[in-house]
Amino acid sequence: MKTYIENFKKYRFLLWELVKKGVKLKYRRSYLGILWTLLEPLFTMIVLSVVFGTLFNNKDPHFPVYILCGRLMYSFFSSATNGAMKAIRTNAGMIKKVYVPKYIYPLSSVLFNYIIFAISLIVLVAVATVLKVYPTIYLLQAIVPLILLLFTAFGVGMILSTMAVFFRDLEYLWSVGLMMIMYASAIFYKPEKLLKSGFGWILKCNPLYLLIHNFRQAVYGRPMNMHFLAASVVFAIVSVIVGLIFFYKKQDQFILYI
Amino acid sequence: MANKEVLRVEHVGMKFNLSQEKVDDLKDYVIKLIKRQLSYNEFWALKDINFSLNKGDRLGILGLNGAGKSTLLKVIAGVLKATEGTVTSKGKIAPLLELGAGFDQQYTGRENIYLYGAVLGFSRKFLDEKLDEIIEFSELGKFIDVPVKNYSSGMKSRLGFSVATLVEPDILILDEVLSVGDAKFRKKSEAKIMSMFDKGVTVLFVSHSLEQVQRLCNKAILLEKGRIISRGSIEEVSEIYEQKTK
Repeated sequence: MKTYIENFKKYRFLLWELVKKGVKLKYRRSYLGILWTLLEPLFTMIVLSVVFGTLFNNKDPHFPVYILCGRLMYSFFSSATNGAMKAIRTNAGMIKKVYVPKYIYPLSSVLFNYIIFAISLIVLVAVATVLKVYPTIYLLQAIVPLILLLFTAFGVGMILSTMAVFFRDLEYLWSVGLMMIMYASAIFYKPEKLLKSGFGWILKCNPLYLLIHNFRQAVYGRPMNMHFLAASVVFAIVSVIVGLIFFYKKQDQFILYI
Repeated sequence: MANKEVLRVEHVGMKFNLSQEKVDDLKDYVIKLIKRQLSYNEFWALKDINFSLNKGDRLGILGLNGAGKSTLLKVIAGVLKATEGTVTSKGKIAPLLELGAGFDQQYTGRENIYLYGAVLGFSRKFLDEKLDEIIEFSELGKFIDVPVKNYSSGMKSRLGFSVATLVEPDILILDEVLSVGDAKFRKKSEAKIMSMFDKGVTVLFVSHSLEQVQRLCNKAILLEKGRIISRGSIEEVSEIYEQKTK
């Protein structure tokens, strides 16, 4: 264990460089640059609010905030897991030439997406202020689902990145999986009806929905749902442990497949 | 002598599974699994390799194509993990394998110095200090702030060489890299490597140019089909190698 930590320390600078590279290159050569991190969720929020708010006759004046909470968390999860999944193959050039602990690559990919996500939360603050959703003491809870989200994305990302080395079609499969997760996360609809129907378990089995729900509770100034919290803690821990063990067991074979 | 030993390779073997057809999607895998066609041809790229090097030894690795030379270097560099056997090394290993392959194409030269330096395990402070030296040695001048994708291959190798040879490593792994850049830079890079030799670095060198190996190395091994078939001083081994290639 001690050698792992020392090894990690040694490559901290590389991790930082890779995270920086991700953020820097994401918007290089675009005129608005990092501003897109704010504009993109803002535009999708407007579209989704108009479509699902007006068309479905949703009277909730805070609906844009509701959408934004879900949409921001989902898009982090989606880009982080996608990035981690492809991390080994995109860095094949390095991996074949120099020894570097391989988990650095998926980890950096998750972290850089988390930084972008953190920046994009500014939009949420702005929209919430405009719509008069003011912070309460409950907002402090928000840190819990946000941290759990990072761990969940990392765990799932590690599992995906290991599998994607051996099976390339995982990339296509996962985009279908992400779509299902999106619809099962109650991003742009209210889940009450669904929860009461026979299909409520779909939402409750979806760790992303549990996290989004508790994050919204914090934003709206309400206590978290403790059952949901417990379930998402378990999921985060299990996915990280499974991801690390799986990755560790298979990593020596990576080079034969990339 | 024992305390001066810097590298020991014991019973190293590297097995590859050569599947007849490459199975890399799920559908193929499942179909083949059901039909029980998932047979692999085992192939030992290296088998029972033993040698040890003392500080200051310069080992040339000779062999025809496919003899396992590059595989051996990768095992020593830690990129490949040996199927059996152990490699123990003391000190810092600097692998100069295909320079510049690890660069990010969209990054500028300057940014790549930090990225590549980090990959090689250097610290930020160290790179800050050495930045000017690297830029000067690579002779890139104002091109240092241009994205690497616009570099010529010579420029890339020059930059890679400049970063990779920053520190005095204890073990230097060279894989055909001395043919970098134009004649002028080649002289300069050879001079740099020679200065490392003088400081007593241990070298592993792979090249198809026998003349170059003879010039740089004092010991050699000859590989054939993954096994060492001859070892000893460079003169003896290169004689056998010449007979083999006739």
